[in-house]
Amino acid sequence: MWFDSPGMIIGGLVAGVVFGFLLQKGQVAKYRVIIGQFLFTDYTVLKIMLTAIVVGAIGVWGMLQFGMIQHLHVKPAVLVATGIGGLIFGVGMAVLGYCPGTGVAAMGEGSHHARWGFAGMIVGAAAFAAVYPSLEKGFMKLGEVAVTTGDKVNNKVTLPDVTGVSQWVYIAVLAAISLGVFALIGKWERKQGLQ
Amino acid sequence: MNSQIEPANPLRRKRWNPYLVGTLIGVLSWITFLTMDKALGTSSSMVHVAGLVESVAGNADKVTGPAANSYYAKEISEKTPMFDWQVFLVIGVFIGALVSSRLSGDRSTECVPGLWSWRFGPSKATRYAAAFLGGAVMLFGARMAGGCTSGHGISGGLQLALSSWTFFMAMFASGVAVAFGLFGKGGRHHVV
Repeated sequence: MWFDSPGMIIGGLVAGVVFGFLLQKGQVAKYRVIIGQFLFTDYTVLKIMLTAIVVGAIGVWGMLQFGMIQHLHVKPAVLVATGIGGLIFGVGMAVLGYCPGTGVAAMGEGSHHARWGFAGMIVGAAAFAAVYPSLEKGFMKLGEVAVTTGDKVNNKVTLPDVTGVSQWVYIAVLAAISLGVFALIGKWERKQGLQ
Repeated sequence: MNSQIEPANPLRRKRWNPYLVGTLIGVLSWITFLTMDKALGTSSSMVHVAGLVESVAGNADKVTGPAANSYYAKEISEKTPMFDWQVFLVIGVFIGALVSSRLSGDRSTECVPGLWSWRFGPSKATRYAAAFLGGAVMLFGARMAGGCTSGHGISGGLQLALSSWTFFMAMFASGVAVAFGLFGKGGRHHVV
């Protein structure tokens, strides 16, 4: 109940150090970069996220296909809670100027206001725990999308699950869209004289 | 250090190409899937920290045990203990950013960002209060949605999860709307 296995603790710590190192080198532990994305004056966030998603997808789906990993870790499709939660998340993120991971990285970089944001995050988590019992049976199940195979109902669905279109088609389209977006960003940056 | 000359050692550079950073984060996600059977994520750790704080503050029976709050009971269990891998991941993120910024000298003591000061004035108290409130609202939303920009955004995005792409669109739309609401179009010239 208290501690994960030593292997998971070390693995988590190492993965975290690498992740934090990369976020800081990627400049996304900075308020101006995060807010700059929402105001469309800085596209660093989109560049990093889309690249990570496409590269990550190729490897993870590839490993799944070749049996190197046995399963994915997909979150349940309860689209009302996810959609409204996402809208609320965006409000908080625009006010704070960091997301949870980059906020912690910003604290590592030294940002003072990020510490207040972190304290707020803990309170936000506790607040959600306090209201969860009144939401769990109703609201948290609204808009559920599930796939039935045999007598198993699974709501942890992927886009390939719900559409029947191969994951590789999605990944190819996503890669193509990302490359198109990157080209447009590059064009915009040259026009602005940014690089 | 002269900022005009890039240090030869990449670890000492302030900025890496964002496409390289994105690629390496993608590769990191392969490694966590392969070696730990886990997807990167950060926001559920905040539930663990909140549970820990409540326990220490004398509310332990609300967090663990038979009378536990159903959310804490769901999030903090035998499978995901109080100090689970992800709590250590978050500690690691702090250390990694600290080491990176120290190596490059890219340190910050930002209290009130320039853009914020331009719009709302230089008061530290106002900014800290807003940061606190923003953090609280954001995490509340993350837990309702079941993840944040890393768990849903990156990990869920790469798994092509229906829930995660829903989250991504929703949070980006409201983030843009609120940022323009707060700072206006004029704010675009003051992003520092």
